[in-house]
Amino acid sequence: VSPAPSPVFTDRAAQALADESLAATLRTATGLLEERRAAAAAALDDGAFEALRLRARAAKFSVLGDLAGHLERFEAAAKANGAQVHWAQDAEEARAIIRGILERAAVKKAVKSKSMVTEEIELNHGLEAAGITPIETDLGEYVAQLKGEKPSHIILPIIHLTRQAVAALFRKLGVGGQPLPTDDVSGLVEAARLELRKHFETAEAGITGANFAVADQGALCIVSNEGNARFCCSLPPLHVAVLGIEKLVPDLSSLSDFLRLLARSATGQRLTVYSNLLWPGRDAGDGSGPKESHVVLLDNGRTRLLASQAAEILACIRCGACLNACPVYKAVGGHSYGGTYPGPMGSILSPGLGEREGQDLAGRARRPGPRLRLHALRRLQGRLPGEDRYPAHAALAAQPAHGPARPPQAPGLQGLGDRRLAPAPAERAAQARPCRGQLARPGRLDRSRRPSALRLDPPPPTAPPR
Amino acid sequence: MQKTAQLFTTCLVNELYPAVGMGAVRLLERQGWYVEVPPLPLCCGQPAFNAGLLEDSRRVARVTVKALDGFDGPLLVPSGSCGDMLKHHLPHLFPEGSEEAAAAQRISARVRELSQFLVDDLGLGDLGAAVSGTVAYHPSCHLSRGLGVKEQPLALLRAVKGVTLLEFKKQDECCGFGGSFSVTHDALSGSMLMEKMKNLKAVGPDYVVSCDLGCLMHLEGGFRRQGWKTKVRHLAQFLAEGLPA
Repeated sequence: VSPAPSPVFTDRAAQALADESLAATLRTATGLLEERRAAAAAALDDGAFEALRLRARAAKFSVLGDLAGHLERFEAAAKANGAQVHWAQDAEEARAIIRGILERAAVKKAVKSKSMVTEEIELNHGLEAAGITPIETDLGEYVAQLKGEKPSHIILPIIHLTRQAVAALFRKLGVGGQPLPTDDVSGLVEAARLELRKHFETAEAGITGANFAVADQGALCIVSNEGNARFCCSLPPLHVAVLGIEKLVPDLSSLSDFLRLLARSATGQRLTVYSNLLWPGRDAGDGSGPKESHVVLLDNGRTRLLASQAAEILACIRCGACLNACPVYKAVGGHSYGGTYPGPMGSILSPGLGEREGQDLAGRARRPGPRLRLHALRRLQGRLPGEDRYPAHAALAAQPAHGPARPPQAPGLQGLGDRRLAPAPAERAAQARPCRGQLARPGRLDRSRRPSALRLDPPPPTAPPR
Repeated sequence: MQKTAQLFTTCLVNELYPAVGMGAVRLLERQGWYVEVPPLPLCCGQPAFNAGLLEDSRRVARVTVKALDGFDGPLLVPSGSCGDMLKHHLPHLFPEGSEEAAAAQRISARVRELSQFLVDDLGLGDLGAAVSGTVAYHPSCHLSRGLGVKEQPLALLRAVKGVTLLEFKKQDECCGFGGSFSVTHDALSGSMLMEKMKNLKAVGPDYVVSCDLGCLMHLEGGFRRQGWKTKVRHLAQFLAEGLPA
């Protein structure tokens, strides 16, 4: 049993920094993704990638502007298709709903495709407690499950592991039987495939997330590069999809924008290998597909977030590009952040969902799929550990002068002479106010104040990142 | 009448690197500008703002807005970081429609980062400086991605006689400073600095030049501890030092 991770980001980051190979592994992998994304963007006509990002932003904002209306449209369409739609207010309710669905169908084993929202609600623990075995079928998630770890990246769950580490794990657990896999990647994939195929054939239910939910269709879109998601929602007789209520896009034509944007932003692909569009509940007429389909719509803090200053983060499409660009993420990895969602987008989303305190964002992280103002949002998210330093600074800097005995400029600038000291039009009278001794101590300031309201559709940053 | 600009001296210029302020004044005066410096040490409010302490940031900004409003010249900022704060965030600290927001908006409209002003507004390139040595330019985060100032500092550096500009790996990545981040997350900040220094070491410049003193202070500390001979220079100081006496 490993000790519980420290609740403090800096402690976890220090542990991560002590692992000398971690940052090297992360820098290699994220560097490759960054290059691929840049190449994919450059392969489009001049300005087309930026235009795509702005269209996606506008489409998401139109959904968020009337989220309730879009959700109701989605629910009505999904029900008309024959799916059962459930609303979960929080993680506990979502777990209970899914558990209830599976228990009623006497499910003992469920195959799962990669889904961050099921990480968020800790579904696997909930299922295991009910005697249901969840099997992660995305290769990375499968490895993470075998290791008992959370994913450390939202699209590449085991980006922190080398193939040698995966090979060692497979050998230890006997994955794929004999002969034991070498650290050749295709050998590892084959071993996992053999193992997972057995589970696909015997699972009584498939559980997936969804990358997008098409409001006017009641349809879901799930992308994967391994085809496992398609397996999960077509082979077992029961399919449960669980998704955050922010996953809606208005219609199929905007979905095509999102698919192009997501693949290019996430991995630099023009399109993900499998873009699975399904209408849960709709009978294909040929006896294929699940007999029973459920869609669980999860709030878990999202409506609160929607009403907050950081609402914009709900337009995030979880491409992971901001993680790949972030030098902090590259140095310490996803497990240091301590919530479900790591990196820059996680530093806004996770605290927004009530998971944890925010962390610093470095400027480079402003690279999400739709053009979001991550850097600005982060500041709206509240205080950082170590914040006590700032009230003192603020109290000092907010004074017209740093005390009576102090020259108005550093000695070096005195060389400018009085000639250049312009009068301060409004402030002359207050110049001599003493402040030493009046310095606000931490605790004297009311730090519970909330920032004032923010428009949902501010203009994008004036300097688009390249 | 002589053209007049206001120089925002920034905390770091004011407290630690006054030569940068003096250098900026010298560059501007040579171009025939009269430079005014607001009499008080002013902070853009960014330390508290970055920490999410908006109310504290507002208190700082209130003083700054009062002191800077009422001028009509360009407000020149020798820092991408403070420039980005004044340009993009200051107006949003105050309630929409308030007088303070309007004043902050007026200030924002006047803000120019120094190299941006010299190149874009004055159409300058060669300022007459000559320095012999190799230079690695560090494009600071808030300058290049916040203000979108990417080519201007390079244009000024390329025009310096005797300078060889060096490119290096991951040039546009953060140096690890991040303001108070370097204090609250010192180990992480240091690790990012080491990565930056590793990439710099591969090209071994005589100078690292940037438009943000925070980055340069961070790099300077790293260089000193590792016994590097590489000098750090703010662009304004670098150019001013290269001018004929």
